[in-house]
Amino acid sequence: MVNEQRLEVGSTIAIEKSVLDDLLKRLKENGYQIVGPRVKNETLVYEKIDELNDLPHGYITEQEAGYFRLHEAGHSRYFDFIPGAQSWKQFLFPPRVDLFKLQKTNNHWEKASEENQTVKYAFIGVRACELNAILIQDKAFMREDFTDPIYRSRRERVFILSVDCLHPAETCFCASMNTGPRVKDSFDLNLTELDDVFLVKVGSEIGRNILNGLPFELASSFMVSSAERGLENAAQQMKRELNTDGLPEFIMANLDHPQWQEIGQRCLSCANCTQVCPTCFCWDVTDQVTLNNNETRRERVWDSCFNPGFSYQAGGNTRPSIQSRYRQWLSHKLGSWPQQYGTLGCVGCGRCITWCPAKIDLTKEISIMREEARS
Amino acid sequence: MIAPTIHSAHETHQLLEPDWAEIIDITHEINDVSTYWLKFNDANLQANYSFQPGQFNMIYVPGFGEAAISICSNPNDHSLIGHSIRFVGNVTNAIKNLKAGDVVGLRGPFGTAWPMKELEGKDIFIACGGIGLPPLRPALYHIMQNREKFGKVTLLYGARTSNDLMYTDEYDAWRAADIDVQITVDRGDSNWTGRVGVVPMWFYQFRIDSRKTSVLTCGPEIMIRFVIFEALARRIPTENIFVSLERNMKCGQGSCGHCQLGPYFVCKDGPVFRFDALQPFFNVEEF
Repeated sequence: MVNEQRLEVGSTIAIEKSVLDDLLKRLKENGYQIVGPRVKNETLVYEKIDELNDLPHGYITEQEAGYFRLHEAGHSRYFDFIPGAQSWKQFLFPPRVDLFKLQKTNNHWEKASEENQTVKYAFIGVRACELNAILIQDKAFMREDFTDPIYRSRRERVFILSVDCLHPAETCFCASMNTGPRVKDSFDLNLTELDDVFLVKVGSEIGRNILNGLPFELASSFMVSSAERGLENAAQQMKRELNTDGLPEFIMANLDHPQWQEIGQRCLSCANCTQVCPTCFCWDVTDQVTLNNNETRRERVWDSCFNPGFSYQAGGNTRPSIQSRYRQWLSHKLGSWPQQYGTLGCVGCGRCITWCPAKIDLTKEISIMREEARS
Repeated sequence: MIAPTIHSAHETHQLLEPDWAEIIDITHEINDVSTYWLKFNDANLQANYSFQPGQFNMIYVPGFGEAAISICSNPNDHSLIGHSIRFVGNVTNAIKNLKAGDVVGLRGPFGTAWPMKELEGKDIFIACGGIGLPPLRPALYHIMQNREKFGKVTLLYGARTSNDLMYTDEYDAWRAADIDVQITVDRGDSNWTGRVGVVPMWFYQFRIDSRKTSVLTCGPEIMIRFVIFEALARRIPTENIFVSLERNMKCGQGSCGHCQLGPYFVCKDGPVFRFDALQPFFNVEEF
């Protein structure tokens, strides 16, 4: 089904599923390190993949508060699952990265030379919520007055192949956050998976080039309408929602709400929610020293506002109680984030619900707070 | 309020990579506090370095880490940069072991400054406690060098004991520049004949004209709370009260998240805040 028609940015075409394998090859030939979802240790991770067969073909996930199971569904779809704990932030904002290395000679510290290699990633299967999370982190790491060079060098080179979500998990609430399930923009190529084909929308010149020359056919109106139907169903199926009307103002006006204390009784301050959250951006920096103290690496690691030492300073700990740390986290996401970055800090991916060992569900907590404030 | 200036790293520098500065001299101040006088190894950097009163630097000891330290020296003196450092954590205790001639990493200056321009023509009431005086000393120097531009200037300064008072040998010079220096200690001893009591409780002794006085405060957060309480009780408008806050800081660039306070990152939107910006959450506990 080779089609001689020219591809344009913005056009939607259909490819046979096996053609995705050729597309991955193309990306590899163009120097991309391909990362995507794959099954590992009975869960889903984002890792290096080589071919179409590495994707979690035929799997679905079952998710609830504090619950995640991977099931073989017996179908032939590649993207019917909802992702696991990991998100793409681990590639753009690595959990552990060396900033620079110093060596001591004659009582003076000098920077050791380093090999400067920037990874060029291709992300396969980015969901709408995850793509929105990347756009949110862009605002935190690439501000007008300060840009994180590590993030920027990775972000500028990344190739994004996104996927529309047709079967949301029980913990998803992107529809109410207006961040999904449909991928709207900011991708190179976007897939919608139908039974026999992928619909592919071209989002950028780079995406067009990667696709160019691969066999495709024009998307039929039947294909387009079944994709539309699938997306509408997905939005309607979503069981959870977060009412964002006036939410930031509500949160900032209710920092003394008794519900924070109530949540503080259940929260273990384990920091899972911040580690799985695709928008959380806090980091710490430590020195990794050799025993003879002649060499040290400045290493940046993910941090969490749930760690007791997070707010520790000479004058004492700003947030010694768990309830104050939970409030810090959620009031940042939903309260003060818009003042800093012009958007909420939550995309409704539901990871913090799924991976909370205490089954704390922010959508529920917020609706309780709103309910009580009303009565 | 002076807009924060974030000094982007040099083109060739990695994130958080410092420049190097030599410890030229160390002045013992009080028990557990010394002033470190630093000079960039690169003469060009030193000549071009300038800061506003109230700003801070990140001082780095390889192998230990960085600490945010306010600059306590004269902003018009471009030969040395002074930092009064209390030895209280990992990094500052590592600094304690350094001597003149040793080299530390230095990044900065960071953060907002006391609004010296805006204060011109006004009475200034400075209320500070303990190690809250160092970030105000550059403001005092600035006032002394431009004394005619300011109205009545009062410094009400308190420390735990008379042995904990900082910069005692400079008070006469400040007084000579028509700054009303008033001292109090939390606990007196047999040699102490001055005031005994915390800073906020002495406000009643001063005639503060609420129409033209600005209050600058820095010190323990509990003291700041009560200083603000006293200032508001004297009907000083919230926009004429300026507070310098302490928070855990790792980057100085509003990026690492540690110093967050509501919509602010204290390292870039502070440390000096106009109080009306803080008021909505200042009394929220553990926020």
